[in-house]
Amino acid sequence: MRPVGAALVALVRLLVGAHSRWVGTPPVCAQCIFFANHTSHIDTLAIWAALSAPLRARSRPVAARDYWDRDPVRRYLAVQVLHALLIERHRDARQSDPLLVMSEALEHGQSLILFPEGTRGAGPLPAAFRGGLYHLAMRFPEVLLVPVYLENLHRALPKGTWIPIPLICTVRFGMPLERLPAEQKESFLERARAAVVALA
Amino acid sequence: MSAWQKFESLMAGLVVLLLAASLIGALLRRRVRSEQARPTIDNLNSRIRAWWVMLGIFAVAFIAGRDTTLALFGVMSFLALREFVTLTPTKPADHLVLSLSFFVLIPAQYLLIAIGWYGLFAIFIPVYAFLVIPALAALSQDTDRFLERTAKIQWGVMMTVYCVSHAPALLLLDIPGFHGQSALLVLFLLLVAQLSDVLQYVFGKLLGRTPVAPLVSPSKTVEGLVGGGLAATIIGGAMYWITPFTPRQALGMSAIIVIMGFLGGLALSAVKRSIGAKDWGTLIEGHGGMLDRLDSLCFAAPIFFHVTRYFFT
Repeated sequence: MRPVGAALVALVRLLVGAHSRWVGTPPVCAQCIFFANHTSHIDTLAIWAALSAPLRARSRPVAARDYWDRDPVRRYLAVQVLHALLIERHRDARQSDPLLVMSEALEHGQSLILFPEGTRGAGPLPAAFRGGLYHLAMRFPEVLLVPVYLENLHRALPKGTWIPIPLICTVRFGMPLERLPAEQKESFLERARAAVVALA
Repeated sequence: MSAWQKFESLMAGLVVLLLAASLIGALLRRRVRSEQARPTIDNLNSRIRAWWVMLGIFAVAFIAGRDTTLALFGVMSFLALREFVTLTPTKPADHLVLSLSFFVLIPAQYLLIAIGWYGLFAIFIPVYAFLVIPALAALSQDTDRFLERTAKIQWGVMMTVYCVSHAPALLLLDIPGFHGQSALLVLFLLLVAQLSDVLQYVFGKLLGRTPVAPLVSPSKTVEGLVGGGLAATIIGGAMYWITPFTPRQALGMSAIIVIMGFLGGLALSAVKRSIGAKDWGTLIEGHGGMLDRLDSLCFAAPIFFHVTRYFFT
């Protein structure tokens, strides 16, 4: 769905700018897990639109099935245009394991766009990260872990509103996170969160 | 001369001017040796490149006709307001008001020009939008910095939508002996305003010594203002043949555009300073944002419109 994708990128850029900026590192082009703060419903679209075309082509946004599978338009965008990995957030209603779905995509050489908070926060800074990022980072040691900070998007589409107001939002990509030997899950997740906050 | 012949001569002149500018830019680039001068020359060259793009866009809009011109100015207002709101601290409670500003006020203001309803065009934003904005904002019940927040949105809408829309509103004017040629008046306004900016920049870079208002804008100098302003006024006077004005009237009108443009640039620089930004955005390479290019027009357009309307229709 190339033309729809191009139109969507143009629309996202017109509405919220989605300018990409690499901070402290030249743009990478290897396999990555992009992990970002989650503040609005257009976060996925904004990162997706901010990526360069080759990066975008191999990146799969990890998105909540309960949001994107709700109506035909969203389903079409998620599956056909964004090539999203739809995962089930609620543990009790799960039919597939999110980690398994994400691992499979990484094994195929694809990159992931991930919001490790699991849900949208109220303010611009991220809440505590959930464990998935840690497990993926350990299981795929060669994949770059790129922190991403979405600036201004919480202003463009705050919780509880439906029309994004046009603002120039910047998508900041930071230096890939290093893996430290024998690091505990909690301290790794805190370090990952701090890497996103450092870009704010 | 018909409107078309005037347009063709004008475009030919501008293309020659830009070709000369590109040539000078390329020569300077080759001759410059010092490291300090390089950024200035690079900035000059990206400005010249941006001028080619802007000239192309306006030529296409003129050829395509009135509705395209209006749509183009609508997009410019949209991008300028987007820059203004980005740099203005707003709160979630302003969401409804901001949605209204972008998705209702901008189309409505340009639609009023398209249907030729001058009476409502002139008061729609200063009266109706002015009152609706605080009313809607109050309904969201967030009183924190209420006056500050609403005033900023009102100000942004006035500048980027109401004031800018007076440039294409010149298409509404029916001037005796100038029937069907008012699009040339829009080009005249844009050209004098932008030439004034460019020439003030050039004179300032070459001769600038004494800053006009160093705390607001260190790059604006008396020498730049006087030299660039006079040069732009004279060029504007020399373009009387595309306007309904006599040479002397064209000089006077150009002087009005130059002075108002200067004041607009100064006032919007002060706003930028108070927000803590250097440029409004990064949309146009070398120039900063859309609002950096429109600041002089914001002040020049309404005054030029009303002076023309009062004395010539």
